[in-house]
Amino acid sequence: MVLLLAVNMVTRAGFSLKQLKMWGIIRQKVAAGGGSPVARIRPVVSNLRNYSSAVKQMMVREALNSALDEEMSADPKVFLMGEEVGEYQGAYKISKGLLEKYGPERVLDTPITEAGFTGIGVGAAYYGLKPVVEFMTFNFSMQAIDHIINSAAKSNYMSSGQISVPIVFRGPNGAAAGVGAQHSHCYAAWYASVPGLKVLSPYSSEDARGLLKAAIRDPDPVVFLENELLYGESFPVSAEVLDSSFCLPIGKAKIEREGKDVTITAFSKIVGLSLKAAEILAKEGISAEVINLRSIRPLDRSTINASVRKTNRLVTVEEGFPQHGVGAEICASVIEESFSYLDAPVERIAGADVPMPYAANLERMAVPQVEDIVRAAKRACYRSVPMAAAA
Amino acid sequence: MALSKLSSSSSLSTNILKPLTNSFFLHRPISTDTTPLTIETSVPFTSHQCEAPSRSVETTPKELLSFFRQMATMRRMEIAADSLYKAKLVRGFCHLYDGQEAVAIGMEAGITKKDSIITAYRDHCTFLGRGGTLLEVFSELMGRKDGCSHGKGGSMHFYKKDSGFYGGHGIVGAQIPLGCGLAFAQKYSKDETVTFALYGDGAANQGQLFEALNIAALWDLPAILVCENNHYGMGTAEWRAAKSPSYYKRGDYVPGLKVDGMDALAVKQACKFAKEHALKNGPMILEMDTYRYHGHSMSDPGSTYRTRDEISGVRQERDPIERIRKLILAHDLATEKELKDIEKEVRKEVDDAIAKAKESPMPEPSELFTNVYVKGYGVEVFGADRKEVRSALP
Repeated sequence: MVLLLAVNMVTRAGFSLKQLKMWGIIRQKVAAGGGSPVARIRPVVSNLRNYSSAVKQMMVREALNSALDEEMSADPKVFLMGEEVGEYQGAYKISKGLLEKYGPERVLDTPITEAGFTGIGVGAAYYGLKPVVEFMTFNFSMQAIDHIINSAAKSNYMSSGQISVPIVFRGPNGAAAGVGAQHSHCYAAWYASVPGLKVLSPYSSEDARGLLKAAIRDPDPVVFLENELLYGESFPVSAEVLDSSFCLPIGKAKIEREGKDVTITAFSKIVGLSLKAAEILAKEGISAEVINLRSIRPLDRSTINASVRKTNRLVTVEEGFPQHGVGAEICASVIEESFSYLDAPVERIAGADVPMPYAANLERMAVPQVEDIVRAAKRACYRSVPMAAAA
Repeated sequence: MALSKLSSSSSLSTNILKPLTNSFFLHRPISTDTTPLTIETSVPFTSHQCEAPSRSVETTPKELLSFFRQMATMRRMEIAADSLYKAKLVRGFCHLYDGQEAVAIGMEAGITKKDSIITAYRDHCTFLGRGGTLLEVFSELMGRKDGCSHGKGGSMHFYKKDSGFYGGHGIVGAQIPLGCGLAFAQKYSKDETVTFALYGDGAANQGQLFEALNIAALWDLPAILVCENNHYGMGTAEWRAAKSPSYYKRGDYVPGLKVDGMDALAVKQACKFAKEHALKNGPMILEMDTYRYHGHSMSDPGSTYRTRDEISGVRQERDPIERIRKLILAHDLATEKELKDIEKEVRKEVDDAIAKAKESPMPEPSELFTNVYVKGYGVEVFGADRKEVRSALP
């Protein structure tokens, strides 16, 4: 009863229920039905999942911002460092408002010195803090890769469990639009090959929130690969997703679209393209199952294999370079574990095997397009034109 | 060269003959006068671990007029690039140099095309200074065939190896060790030339700078590190990024000079001095005190971390083109109208180059696979769909 009055007063003072939840004043499981007095204030909240008209749209940028905010609020050991994260509000505005809210001790603007500040972040994690290190793009993480791999990934093992590294390295990964060869590299395969690291890559706002929160709470080093072109995209989010306790499991892929004829695996922006491809394929009578990997390491081999055992055909799609890529690992896994279920050769769609060109027409050829995915899926279903002859 | 003899005689006859010479050179009323002129730099040099060069700079009317024309071209080019970006003809990143022209121009005046220059991504004007053309700039910005990198590089990746310009680099700080490497090769080849490695105040704290500088000093490499200090590393002011923003001193045992980067003559003097020093005694640091009017790039308004008063203040007090204009007028080397005419010509040249660049076609699709290697051994290369688009690397 007291809680009800307090909440009432506070909400009249202009604070939303959402804010109260975020600040941990009310830790309320939204799914809870009638029962508690708080839930009665906004009965629509518990039914949100059923009524699409009440579902909120959230930009990926907002999703990341709110996840950072909530985790920083929940745990004082969490801090953010990187270039322009503070006063500039974030190069891509992901950390907007955080400096104002948490102060310069917890939101730190660094000089342009990745090797230095990444090492400093890892050292802070050794000591027990929970840094979130932002790279303006993952291309710049190469300046710091020694610390990510040798200082962070391997420490727990080398010290036999004494030195754990609860750090998150995050930032945009892969191609943007017209940013040229040095700013378009995808690092998913690089980091995912390293034992000791966890590598996550969100697609939707739900992914962004749930995976970032999971990453920050995780006691191991996590490489969190975002995508600049997704920052401005909006996705529907349920009330469960908006809740401050929302978290997604690490190592579990999501079946974005169920299907029975061909399995398409993708992560990050490519999930969107794959869903579009699936729409096109559906019109041609091919039912594609689209798997959003979410987690590159650990890779959800069981979901992937279960899907291929159902559909018998596989198309892996990624933005990065093909050789030794994420798709190569998925293909190998499927061939190793589900060989007799395959009815067609595995197909790989990836970025072209060249440094990213700047010219718009060449760039378009260098990055997977919806047509490429459709074509490969058709080939896997033996429904396409003959293979193009080698040049 | 009878006409130049005429114009270099007494000032009285020069005044009488000026309209005559103009009528002979209808297209380009540029003085070819090479009588030496001595001009003082705006401020003295500040030195670290060395003797500063003299404030008195030798120049000629011809040189001053060419400074004016070239800087006006650079300024006009960058402003035009801004419009092209807003019209979405230029994509990705676009980092503009307007305000900093004096560094590019002064440097060229103090060195030769056999010396090497390497810089980061704010490279349009540096490229032009090294002999690049407006057509190559605009074509590259728009991703067309006639671009200096044939459309494959973009704004941050301009190169001109035949006149010693090694790019055009996107990763902050990387160009510094690369520049020291150029210097190493110059010394190794006994070329008696030097390398100028340009970087910004944002890059000045990079570890690789100190690593490369240490080696350059150890091995006496003819490398000159030039910090173009425009006081902001993207949105971060120098005092928020550097414990010591005295970048000319950061070399410790390496001598340094602080230069007014808005004064083309001071830049020229400093670069000449640095070249002589580097050939005899190894590396040196030059800090150019300069300013960029635009934000860090076209995605940055440039006004969230600096006041508009500051920007307009610099434009009023220290603009490099205005300084040269005042000098030219004060020394009576050209009239205000002549200078305005030069600016009109420049504007037309830029507009013509843009029009031509717009007509330049996009690169051929086959260019996707060219220049991956010098020698590809016929290795197979794949497009996004490896069974649909494949080729062999020559």
